[in-house]
Amino acid sequence: MGRYIIQRVALGLAILLVAISVLYALMITLPGDPTTVFLGPRATDEMRAVFSERLGLNNPVPVQILQFWGRIFSGDLGEDVLRNRPVATPVFAALPNTLILVLASIGWSAALGILLGAFSAACRNSLVDRVTGVLSVAMLAAPSFVVALWSLLIFAVVLNWFPAIGAGEHGDLADRIHHLVLPSFAIGLAWVGYIARIVRASMLEVMGENHIRTARAFGLPPHKIIYRYALRIAVLPAVSVLGVGVGGLLSSAVFAEIVFARPGIGRLIYESVISRNYPVVMGSMLVAIAFFVMCTLAADLVNAMLDPRLRTSKKS
Amino acid sequence: MKAALDIRDLSVDYHTRAGRLHALRNVDLLVPDGEVVGLVGESGCGKSTLISAVLRLLAENAEVPGGEIVLDGTDLLSLSDAEMRLRRGRDVSVVFQDPMTGLNPVLTIGRQMIDIQHREALSRAARRERAVDMLARVRIPDPASRMDSYPHELSGGMRQRVAIAMALMMNPKLLIADEPTTALDATLEVQIIELLQELQGEIGCAILFISHHLGVIAELCQRVVVMYAGSAVEEGGVRDIFHAPAHPYTKALLDCDPGRIRERRQTLPSIPGSLPDLTAPPPGCIFADRCTKADAGCGATQPPRIDTAPGHWATCHFAEAMR
Repeated sequence: MGRYIIQRVALGLAILLVAISVLYALMITLPGDPTTVFLGPRATDEMRAVFSERLGLNNPVPVQILQFWGRIFSGDLGEDVLRNRPVATPVFAALPNTLILVLASIGWSAALGILLGAFSAACRNSLVDRVTGVLSVAMLAAPSFVVALWSLLIFAVVLNWFPAIGAGEHGDLADRIHHLVLPSFAIGLAWVGYIARIVRASMLEVMGENHIRTARAFGLPPHKIIYRYALRIAVLPAVSVLGVGVGGLLSSAVFAEIVFARPGIGRLIYESVISRNYPVVMGSMLVAIAFFVMCTLAADLVNAMLDPRLRTSKKS
Repeated sequence: MKAALDIRDLSVDYHTRAGRLHALRNVDLLVPDGEVVGLVGESGCGKSTLISAVLRLLAENAEVPGGEIVLDGTDLLSLSDAEMRLRRGRDVSVVFQDPMTGLNPVLTIGRQMIDIQHREALSRAARRERAVDMLARVRIPDPASRMDSYPHELSGGMRQRVAIAMALMMNPKLLIADEPTTALDATLEVQIIELLQELQGEIGCAILFISHHLGVIAELCQRVVVMYAGSAVEEGGVRDIFHAPAHPYTKALLDCDPGRIRERRQTLPSIPGSLPDLTAPPPGCIFADRCTKADAGCGATQPPRIDTAPGHWATCHFAEAMR
């Protein structure tokens, strides 16, 4: 297990390094001088020279990339030149809101999706199975920003059950959860159907395997066979899909944060792009990439926890 | 003679696209208390369906139009699902063919052995102890630490020992062994057979032993049932069956056993023809098409069960003449 974790973490770090390098390469290959890109067209030559010196833009490109790595890993995401503050300040202020939103969306949608999928497989061709099947496709087909707008209209404006905008008062947990409901509903909805379909298909496959016949031949209670013996194997593909799908969730989060006016990474990226604040865009992108890499890593580790065959290195 | 398992006139149909498939037709099978009965027959003869029927784990498209499966005095077909579930693994248990896929891959051996004691009023520690004890009895080295192993960490032979330990842990009255050695190599096969013999002596359960391997059947069993295309065609003591088969199919099967061929020859003997279409079985003898002895009567009328010796019968018009 230890070796497996080290392998996975090392791979994650390598991916992160490559992603950071690519991001940096994108910046210096953008049309025009990076100083113009960063400082805007109205910067003076003097300002540009100072800026180039400070960012090490006069060094060879590989050295620049190494220096960039160094700055990133010491927590320096660059400087928000437009507002004269470190990029890290707005990014890390926005990050927790996005993390909470994404994790809450994954949490409720995965839990419900897995249960629905297991139930559909256990009662195949029942009414619940058919209804879940139709709903799953419907949920998958609905774009998250449409769901966000409609749920905002119905639950916040017409019914007035949930607040329409913001992330709630700091320190007031109930209020923050109250503000979380609609955005996480909008983002997670598509995933419920998706996860339910994956789990149902893999559950049906697992239920036909010999070891399930063995469990039944020993008279184990049906709910135990389904939820303990089969589901644990059937969720493996769903976990992998979730790990990668977090990227998709992040982009849905951009919409949700704009629609619900939640302070978060998505909205920060959007606003920075609008105001051409490239350092902040880059800093937020970096954090988003790191989050994505960590999520795929987490998915691998969860799978290794569930499936012992993954964590033993192949001997024969 | 008290019977551990007495199957009477059992039929099983499958609903398929091609129509109703008569997988078992009027099968009679008796496993006396404490005896080992062999069940032989080629692939597709209904052995697996028979096991599933006894456990009441038939596929969803199966139907039992008639018959009785009497286990220790109770007709299993008359039980409710819940009552049947309580008997599985306790009154009747199974060792399946493929040890590589028969155990749950994501749970430890110990966990699975403890879970199957779900009906016992024992503490968790006592269950664990019982499982360790059972692993020791099937000669798993260092049983206590093996409890924490996962199936993929054990060899095929070890896994089959674990499967046997699980099947015998609740002291069942009947053990069904479904080709337990087919997936193992020859040396392991001998070890597993000896282990089964020894444990059967200790526990005193009856065994229904299913195998292609006639040598193993001769070694292990007191009685033999021969099945062909969903019917039991002959039943008798192991010596009678091997030395004086009363059904042409049994004789053909024995002639095909590589272990009994004495002289060198280019091709191995086989039974010409193939299994009949079970969606529309012929009106007469089911084996008539492939039988060297068959005449016009065989194809028209079903042969009755003819007793050729005490406890030895065959369903063949020529059963008397065969001996």
